[in-house]
Amino acid sequence: MQALYAQLLVGLINGSFYALLSLGLAVIFGMLNIINFAHGALYMMGAFCAYFLLNLTGLGYWPALIIAPIVVGIFGMILERTMLQWLAGLDHLYGLLLTFGIALIVQGVFQNYFGSSGLPYAIPDELKGGMNLGFMFLPIYRGWVVVFSLVVCLATWYLIEKTRLGAYLRAATENPTLVRAFGINVPRMITLTYGLGVGLAALAGVLSAPINQVRPLMGADLIIVVFAVVVIGGMGSIMGSIITGFALGVIEGLTKYFYPEASNTVVFVLMVLVLLVKPTGLTGRAA
Amino acid sequence: MAEAPAKTGATPVLSVQNLEAWYGESHILHGINFNVNAGEVVTLLGRNGAGKTTTLKSVVGIIGKRTGSIRFDNVDITRASSDKIARMGVAFCPEERGIFASLDVRENLLLPPIVRPGGLSLDQIFELFPNLKERLNSQGTKLSGGEQQMLAIARILRTGARFLMLDEPTEGLAPVIIQQIGHTIARLKSEGFTILLVEQNFRFASTVADRYYIVEHGKVIDGFANSELQANMDKLHTYLGV
Repeated sequence: MQALYAQLLVGLINGSFYALLSLGLAVIFGMLNIINFAHGALYMMGAFCAYFLLNLTGLGYWPALIIAPIVVGIFGMILERTMLQWLAGLDHLYGLLLTFGIALIVQGVFQNYFGSSGLPYAIPDELKGGMNLGFMFLPIYRGWVVVFSLVVCLATWYLIEKTRLGAYLRAATENPTLVRAFGINVPRMITLTYGLGVGLAALAGVLSAPINQVRPLMGADLIIVVFAVVVIGGMGSIMGSIITGFALGVIEGLTKYFYPEASNTVVFVLMVLVLLVKPTGLTGRAA
Repeated sequence: MAEAPAKTGATPVLSVQNLEAWYGESHILHGINFNVNAGEVVTLLGRNGAGKTTTLKSVVGIIGKRTGSIRFDNVDITRASSDKIARMGVAFCPEERGIFASLDVRENLLLPPIVRPGGLSLDQIFELFPNLKERLNSQGTKLSGGEQQMLAIARILRTGARFLMLDEPTEGLAPVIIQQIGHTIARLKSEGFTILLVEQNFRFASTVADRYYIVEHGKVIDGFANSELQANMDKLHTYLGV
């Protein structure tokens, strides 16, 4: 039973990263119509940003949680202004190729300086240790990651679905030309949206650093599964990406317990099944 | 409601000179000339595909390639981006209405930002369009065609823009709704709004318009005042093919 709960927790942790990343992908796809293959590299940059802050400036985990998403978000906005914006209106393939190329370059640069092995990043003192819940032992940091990710996901959902700013965003996703003709600076909003999606990825990177270490290819491994999550959940649905992210993490964890051989493939098997039955994804709108 | 602007008459609110516009490679407007004075309702008439909608879209800046001169409030807006043009007080209600499916009625209504003081309050809008008040929480596109048209007009009245461009506001609507839209336009005119209207339904247009311009093959080929309408009826039938 202990092992089941442990796998369930691992599933929730992975689910947190899936949710944060696929949420960013969904927001970016909705606004820019770009399948952002650079997302994994930007997640990795978030973790490295935390690592640099600690080792070069002495700023620890808590400041990194705020600074890294902003720094990487700004990097993302520069990418959008200088490259991605020129792809507006073109086929998805161009955006996919460009962002895939960006991911390879960014990962290559980091690999050149840091190799492929992991750099350690300590759990902050406040979140060290664990709690005995009676039925299982819960490492506090892991509990924090799950709760904090959930809060960030729900806050993002609230921002997009329930606020004035979110209404601009949803409207611009539907008809950017008309929204602009009402006096809203849509190109600037697109840049900020890309920054937001990228910032979420960087935040996930910081959260992941104490658990998975900091590695140049940490995002490359993760992003393939995240894309499967996005395909299953359906591109463009905010709540859909959050729920699917957490649910698939848990399903993966449970598979590890009941049938470990399939744990690496279960997400992709589900993806194939969903594509066969409902090609727009479980919660997706028709393109 | 807000005070009516002074009717100067001397300088038009909108002056379009020799406007040419392209959709990609296809040349749609070949030299459009007209002007709209403060407080007037001016109607562009013409057959399908004559270039009326493209003219409105060029004024609000959402046609990529345009040349010639468009001046609004004596400022050249020919090359301005559409968000800047909107912020100067040009409000646009598109033919397809542009109600957002992912927004509810309230969000649709509040979407266009206030560009200057003096717009209608929500209460004044509900007085004009009582239906909208009852449906505030419905999804925007769940409204009937008439209600969607009212919503599309209502949301630009909030912004404080005093120059409205309405593209075929009566298209596909029941006569009783058309009548209500007609009353609304008349009311807005009496409040001092300046309105540029595109219509195929010239019987409707004749109930609200001060002046007409005839658009054909991307050019303005004729223009006359409402008082000259009867005298021009034969010509009009030829132009419009009715």
